[in-house]
Amino acid sequence: MSLDMFIQHLFNALTLGSLYGLIAIGYTMVYGILRLINFAHGDIFMLGAYFVFFGVTLTKLPWGIAVVLAVALSALCGTVIDRIAYRPLRDAPRISALISAIGVSFFIENLGLVVFTGLPKPVYRPDWLVEVINLGNIRILPLALIVPAIAFALVMGLLWIVYKTKPGLAMRSISKDIETTRLMGVSVDKIIALTFGLGSALAAASGIMWALRYPQIHPFMGVFPGFKAFIAAVLGGIGSIQGAMIGGMLLGLIEIMAVAFFPALSGYRDAFAFILLIVILLMKPTGLMGEKLEEKV
Amino acid sequence: MKTPNKNRDLTLTTAAVGLLLVFLWWANGHLDNYKIQVLNLIAINSILALSLNLIYGFTGMFSLGHAGFMAIGAYVSSLLILPPVQKEMIYILQPLIWPFSVLQAPFFIAVLAGGFAAALLGLVIAIPVLRLGGDYLGIATLGFAEIIRVVFTNLTPITNGALGLKGIPNYANIWWNYGWCLLTLFFLIRLINSNFGNVLKAIRDDEIAARAMGINTFKYRVVSFSIGAFFAGIGGALMASLITTIDPKMFSFLLTFNVLMIVVAGGLGSLTGSIIGSAVITVLLEWLRFVENPIDIGSFHLDGIPGMRMVIFSLLLILIILFRREGIMGMREFSWDSLISRFSRGGEAR
Amino acid sequence: MSANPPVLETKEVTIRFGGLTAVSNFNISVPKGSIVGLIGPNGAGKTTCFNIITGFYKPTQGEVFLEGKPITGLPPHKVCEEGIARTFQNIRLFYNETVLQNVMIGGFVRQKSHWWMPPLMIPSCTREERELRETAMALLDSVGLGKLAGEISSALPYGAQRRLEIARALATKPKFLLLDEPAAGMNPQESQELMDFIKRIRTDFDLTILLIEHDMKVVMGVCEHIWVLDYGILIAEGNPEQIRTNPKVIEAYLGEEATQNA
Ligand SMILES: Nc1ncnc2c1ncn2[C@@H]1O[C@H](COP(=O)(O)OP(=O)(O)O)[C@@H](O)[C@H]1O
Ligand SMILES: [Mg+2]
Repeated sequence: MSLDMFIQHLFNALTLGSLYGLIAIGYTMVYGILRLINFAHGDIFMLGAYFVFFGVTLTKLPWGIAVVLAVALSALCGTVIDRIAYRPLRDAPRISALISAIGVSFFIENLGLVVFTGLPKPVYRPDWLVEVINLGNIRILPLALIVPAIAFALVMGLLWIVYKTKPGLAMRSISKDIETTRLMGVSVDKIIALTFGLGSALAAASGIMWALRYPQIHPFMGVFPGFKAFIAAVLGGIGSIQGAMIGGMLLGLIEIMAVAFFPALSGYRDAFAFILLIVILLMKPTGLMGEKLEEKV
Repeated sequence: MKTPNKNRDLTLTTAAVGLLLVFLWWANGHLDNYKIQVLNLIAINSILALSLNLIYGFTGMFSLGHAGFMAIGAYVSSLLILPPVQKEMIYILQPLIWPFSVLQAPFFIAVLAGGFAAALLGLVIAIPVLRLGGDYLGIATLGFAEIIRVVFTNLTPITNGALGLKGIPNYANIWWNYGWCLLTLFFLIRLINSNFGNVLKAIRDDEIAARAMGINTFKYRVVSFSIGAFFAGIGGALMASLITTIDPKMFSFLLTFNVLMIVVAGGLGSLTGSIIGSAVITVLLEWLRFVENPIDIGSFHLDGIPGMRMVIFSLLLILIILFRREGIMGMREFSWDSLISRFSRGGEAR
Repeated sequence: MSANPPVLETKEVTIRFGGLTAVSNFNISVPKGSIVGLIGPNGAGKTTCFNIITGFYKPTQGEVFLEGKPITGLPPHKVCEEGIARTFQNIRLFYNETVLQNVMIGGFVRQKSHWWMPPLMIPSCTREERELRETAMALLDSVGLGKLAGEISSALPYGAQRRLEIARALATKPKFLLLDEPAAGMNPQESQELMDFIKRIRTDFDLTILLIEHDMKVVMGVCEHIWVLDYGILIAEGNPEQIRTNPKVIEAYLGEEATQNA
C-alpha cells in the first residue's frame, strides 16, 4: 500500500471514528449514571438524520436552521424516552430498564418504517462539501476534514459543560453516588434528563454527518453504528467521555485499516467490533481506561 | 408431602396430553393450512421460550444470543436433510464442500444433531462469557449471535452465503413439532423440579450465597446455558424445516427479541408462563398481520402499513415491563392442585 | 487450649485492599468442638477474616488450614466442600425459594447424582432426592422451622430467617461453622434463644463454631475463647473474663463510642 493510500484511509478512519465517538459519548454518560445500556440511542442517531432530511427537502429550511432544529428535536426525543420508558423503572431490577430500552429501540425503528417507509432515501449534499480536494496524490473530501473538526469542537463544548458548569458538577456527582447527590438537594431527575438530552444531541449530530458522508438514510441505519458505538464506549472505559471518543477513534481505525490491509476480510467487517468487545470484556471487563470495581461480600 | 395426589396428578396429566393429541389429530384433518402453520409456530416458539427461560428466567443469565443458536441448529439440520441433488442445485456461487455435500440423516437425527451443535457452541461461548454478569453478558451474547450471522454470510462453501438454503424438506409437521415441544417440556419440568433446578434458582437469587453453599456456580451456569442452547438449536432446526427456506438475515436480533418478548410476557421463571406466552404472542403476532395487509371496508380502501405490527408489538413489551413486570404467570407454575382448588372455591362462592 | 487438635488455624494472614491493610498478621487456632468468638469495633476487619477463611477473598499473605490441610486460595465452593459453612452479616437467603428448597440447596454439595439424571428418571437419583428432601425436613424440624417448610423464605419473620440461614449452612454437613453477627437485630429474648440454639447445634451436629457478634451478652454467654480485632490487628485474646477486664479491649470500644458521639 502506498503512503498516499494510507493517508487517505487514515482520513476515512478519522471521520468514521469521530462519528462512532460522538454516539459513544451518549452511551457512556447514561451508563455512567444509570448503569443502563440505552439501546434506543442508535435510533436517535437515525432520527437526527431524518429530521434534517425532512427539514431541508420538505419545509425547504436553510441547512443551518434545519440542523439546529433537528439536533434540538432529537435531544427532546432522548429526554422523552427517559421520562416515559426508563424513569419509572429506576427502582426495578437493572435488566428491566434494559428490556424496556430494547423495546423502545424496536419501537422507534418500526415507527420509522411506518412514517418514513423502508425505502432508503438519497441525501442531497451541498456541492462544496463533496468537491474533492487534491493534496498531491491524496484526494479527500472536505467532509473528511469538517467532520473530525466539528466532532472535536462538540466534545470540547461537552467537556466544558461537564467540568465547568454547575449541572456538569451535578452530573459527575450523580455518577459517583446518586443517593448522596439527591440528599444534597440536587434535582436528580432533571440532571438525568439533561444527560439524555446532551447525549442525544451528540448522537443526532453524528447521524446528520453520517448521512452526509454516506449519503443514504433508512430507518434501520442506527442499529449497527449504535452497537458499535456502545462497544467503543466499553473499549474506552464506560463512564469516561474522553474514553468514548478514543474508543470510537480506535474502532474506526481498526475497521478501516483491517479492510484496507486485508481486503479478503471485508465481508467480516461488521463482526470486528463484536470480536473486539468480547476480547476486551474478557481481558479487562472495565474497558481500557475504566477502574476496577471489587465485588463486596 | 405430595404423595397423596401423585397418582391423581399423573392420571390427569396423561389425560391432558391425550386430549392435546386428539385435538392435534382433529386440527390436522380439519383446519386450513394457515391455522395449522400457526399451531406449529406455537409449538416451536414454546421450545424457544422454554429454553431462553431456563437461561434467563431460572438461572438469571441475561442472554441475547438465542438467534445464534437457532441459526446453528437450523443450518446443521437442514444440511443433513437436504437431498444431495438439491444441495448441488442451490449452491450456485460455490459448491458445497465434502462431507456436507453427501451427509444425510433421518429427520429426528438431523434435528438432534442441530441441537447438539448448538449446545457445543453454547459451551464454547459460555466458558469465556459467563464470567460476565448482567447487561455485559447480554451484549456479549448478542455479539456472538451477530458474529455467527456474519460468519454464515461469508462461509459460502458451507452455508451458501447470503443466498441461504431453499427447498428444505418440510418434515416438521404438527406431530414432530408437538413431540419435540412435549419432550422439551418434560425434560425441563423434571430438571427444574429437581434439586438441580433449585440450584439454578439459587444462582439466580444470590450467587454469593450459592457459592458459600458449595455450589460451583460457574459450572452450573455453563450447564444451564448449554442446555438452553441445545433446545434453541432444536427450535431452529424445526423452524427451518417448517418454513423450508433460511438465510443468515433471518437470524437477526429481531428473532431473539421475539423470544424474549414471549418469555417476559409469560413470566420469567415460569415454564407454564412460557407455554401460555408462546400461544398468546404467536396468535397475537399473526392476528396483527391485518394492520400490514390492505383492508377494504365497503368502497373504502386502506393500504397496509408495513412496520405497524412491530410498532404495536414493541409498544406492548414496553407496557408489560412498565406496568406488569411479572408477566402473565410471574414465577408461579400450573398445578392440578391449584386448578382444582380454584374450581371448588368457585363452586362454594356460588 | 491445646487439649484438642485445632480444626481451623490461620497463620499470619494479611490482606490489603489498595492502600488499606484491612487485616494484618491474623493468627488464630480454634480447638475442635469449641465455640469461639471474634469481636471488635465496626470496620475492624472481622467479616473480611470470614471472607478469607471461606475463600471469597484471597489473602495477600499467610495461610489458612482446616484440620491441618491448607485451604488458602481455594474457591468458596471448594472450601464448603472441605467442610466450612457460613452465614452472612446481611442475611442472604434464596428469597424466591421456599424454606425447604433453601435447605435442600444447602444439601446439594453432598449430593452424588448428576444434573442429567432427573430428566432421565434414573432411579438412584430419584431415591437420593427423596432422601435429601427427608433429611432437609428433619433438619427443619430440629431447628423448629418444620411448620414453615412450604413458605417462601422472604415471607419469614426476621428471627426465622436468621435461623433458616443457619439451617441451610448445617445442611452442607460442615465441620466448622462461621456465624457473622447472628444476633444482630434481635431482642433480648430472641438472643437468649439463639444462645441456646447455638450450644445445641454444636452438640447435635458435632460442630466447631466461630462467631462474630456485637451483643456482648451473647459473646460472653456462649464463647469459650474470644479474639479481639481492632483496625485489622489482633489486640487481645482469652476467655470471656479476661476479655472483659482487658484494658486494651475497653479502650478499643471506648474509642469507637467516642468517634460515634463526635
Ligand atoms: N472488597 C473490599 N474492597 C475494599 N475494602 C474492603 C473490602 N472488603 C472490606 N473492606 C474494608 O475492610 C475494612 C474491614 O471491613 P469489615 O471486615 O467488613 O469490618 P467488620 O469488622 O465490621 O466486619 C473496612 O474498612 C472495609 O471498608
Ligand atoms: Mg462485618
